[in-house]
Amino acid sequence: MYTQALNAKDAADGGAEDADRMARFQARIDAEERIEPNDWMPEAYRRTLVRQISQHAHSEIVGMLPEGNWVTRAPSLRRKAALIAKVQDEGGHGLYLYSAAETLGVAREELVDQLLSGKAKYSSIFNYPTLSWADIGAIGWLVDGAAIMNQIPLCRCSYGPYARAMIKVCKEESFHQRQGFEIMNTLAKGSPAQKAMAQDALNRWWWPSVMMFGPPDSASQHSDTSMRWKIKRFTNDELRQQFIDATVPQAHYMGLEIPDPALKHDAESGHWTIGEIDWTEFKAVIAGNGPCNRQRLRQRREAHESGAWVREAALAHAEKRRRRAAAAVTAAAAE
Amino acid sequence: MTHDPRFLFALRLADDALILGHRLSEWIGVAPQLEEELALANIALDLIGQARMLYAHAGEIEGKGRDEDALAYLRDVPDWQNVLLVEQPNGDFARTIVRQLIYSAFMAPLWRGLKASADPTIAAVAAKAEKEVAYHVRHAGEWLIRLGDGTDESHARAAEAVEELWPYGGELFEVDEAGRTLIAAGIAMDPESVRAEWNTTMDMVLAQATLARPADGWHQSGGRKGRHSEHLGHLLADMQFLQRAYPGATW
Amino acid sequence: MTTAHVPLWEVFLRARNGLAHKHAGSLHAADAEMALQAARDVYTRRGEGVSIWVVPSAAIIASEPAEAGMLFEPTASKIYRHPTFYEVPDEVGHM
Repeated sequence: MYTQALNAKDAADGGAEDADRMARFQARIDAEERIEPNDWMPEAYRRTLVRQISQHAHSEIVGMLPEGNWVTRAPSLRRKAALIAKVQDEGGHGLYLYSAAETLGVAREELVDQLLSGKAKYSSIFNYPTLSWADIGAIGWLVDGAAIMNQIPLCRCSYGPYARAMIKVCKEESFHQRQGFEIMNTLAKGSPAQKAMAQDALNRWWWPSVMMFGPPDSASQHSDTSMRWKIKRFTNDELRQQFIDATVPQAHYMGLEIPDPALKHDAESGHWTIGEIDWTEFKAVIAGNGPCNRQRLRQRREAHESGAWVREAALAHAEKRRRRAAAAVTAAAAE
Repeated sequence: MTHDPRFLFALRLADDALILGHRLSEWIGVAPQLEEELALANIALDLIGQARMLYAHAGEIEGKGRDEDALAYLRDVPDWQNVLLVEQPNGDFARTIVRQLIYSAFMAPLWRGLKASADPTIAAVAAKAEKEVAYHVRHAGEWLIRLGDGTDESHARAAEAVEELWPYGGELFEVDEAGRTLIAAGIAMDPESVRAEWNTTMDMVLAQATLARPADGWHQSGGRKGRHSEHLGHLLADMQFLQRAYPGATW
Repeated sequence: MTTAHVPLWEVFLRARNGLAHKHAGSLHAADAEMALQAARDVYTRRGEGVSIWVVPSAAIIASEPAEAGMLFEPTASKIYRHPTFYEVPDEVGHM
């Protein structure tokens, strides 16, 4: 389950909305009331949610691919079962999230089309390749670890269906990060080759994981609106710092090195401070120039297209049954 | 090498389950719809779970210290005892569903019977597997009905899958010397005793799916003796890669 | 890309006997049997249910949020429907 603050800019809602309704809506949000599907909501609130929830759903679905890449090569039956269950959960989480987005009046098919046409975004972390088994550990430990930081506050999101989906997701995800950490820890304690594998994975996944929280607060355009609407409750930088503070000691425990020469512990604040984040890489990957952007979308597109005949068959069969049932009723009535 | 028949019996059940579970896990991320991603993964997990219990049991019977992973990851093609059916590639969704139905429709009554096995571990596995496989029959059966009686394209694909995979069903019913010993001892079950039920299931589904049942007769054979199709070697190369590349490592 | 829409279903689960079915989520399926199977595969992976209902989402008739005032507020003043409205002396004990 992954989310990322890569929402595109969204102009503040036009003056067309009734100011009075807006004020009442905001008052409900301020009073920590949940907004439910058929409630009145500002168009921009709806748009923001559809975009964020569907991006979140797409991320889950695309996220199945890099980990799925190692399902058939998992090195033990225990690991194989756990990885299948984890990737399966991600499919389930995508499904819960598409359902939450659908309550806002947009069909899953439309959302999937937006993904496949390249119009919709998903978490750019999944545009990095999984090159070794340790990457499966790193994804669980770092990527899921970062995702959890993002997702726990979303359980209190002002939009009811999104919050409920996130509660389910967070509950199910609780094993994902532990699974990843266990893989990393086993490798770190293993042979020199295994430890090198773990370090290499950490080297490659650290910075992309740190970037998962999105641009720095100073450059984030619409955090303000999302915070006011309680779709978001912490800023990108706050969540990023939480993640770093939680993760650095875990790496040290395993005897692994965070690939950041500037990393240091600030005794006064108690926080770990990191070096400069390379935002040009982040922007490049979001813009489509990551190692696997095209590959991931092509895989999704191929799966969608080669499954079309199956979905059509199921619909055709359902239609045949309806017609047969109707014919039976007509025949019975004629008797 | 001659093996204890009890070892062979547990190993064969385990190999069938693991190889088929592995095949199903290849669908991850590319299933025809999101709901089906989860369904196929559930079946894969059921089968891998069965295999793990059976490998542990086989390893104990053998008494040479081989655990589930030694049996799954450190045997080469000739040592595998699974039927050829389960190692056949996924193909399209129709192929996967037909393969699943042929196997599950056989295993459902077999596991039900094996709950009375004189081997208590087999009986315990059977008690769990029986319910799992009963659902696999339902899942595959309902899908085949929709594919067969869906669109022209889905009907053609389903018919081709049935035609292609039917000759692999016969191997499930084979019994060799080791099998006969265990049937006599009340540990294994005579596969002939489940043929009638297998026939009924297949006929019922095929009829509803508007698909013709191919003629029985010649069938593919060899898996139980370690003579496999070309596909198994590639599957093992994939599955066993890490264990082979880093011998003796703990994962 | 033209994609036919697969119907949406609402899933209700009974967590264990003695409890009512509760809304668990939704899914897409071509027909009722497929919806039931998908509900089992999607929503009961961790032992969440012993019984499933699936209902076509389109079959649900919902009250209008705009009518919530009319529908639900008049009841707020009927406090005599609640036991705490009535006084029972302490000496009488629990009633």
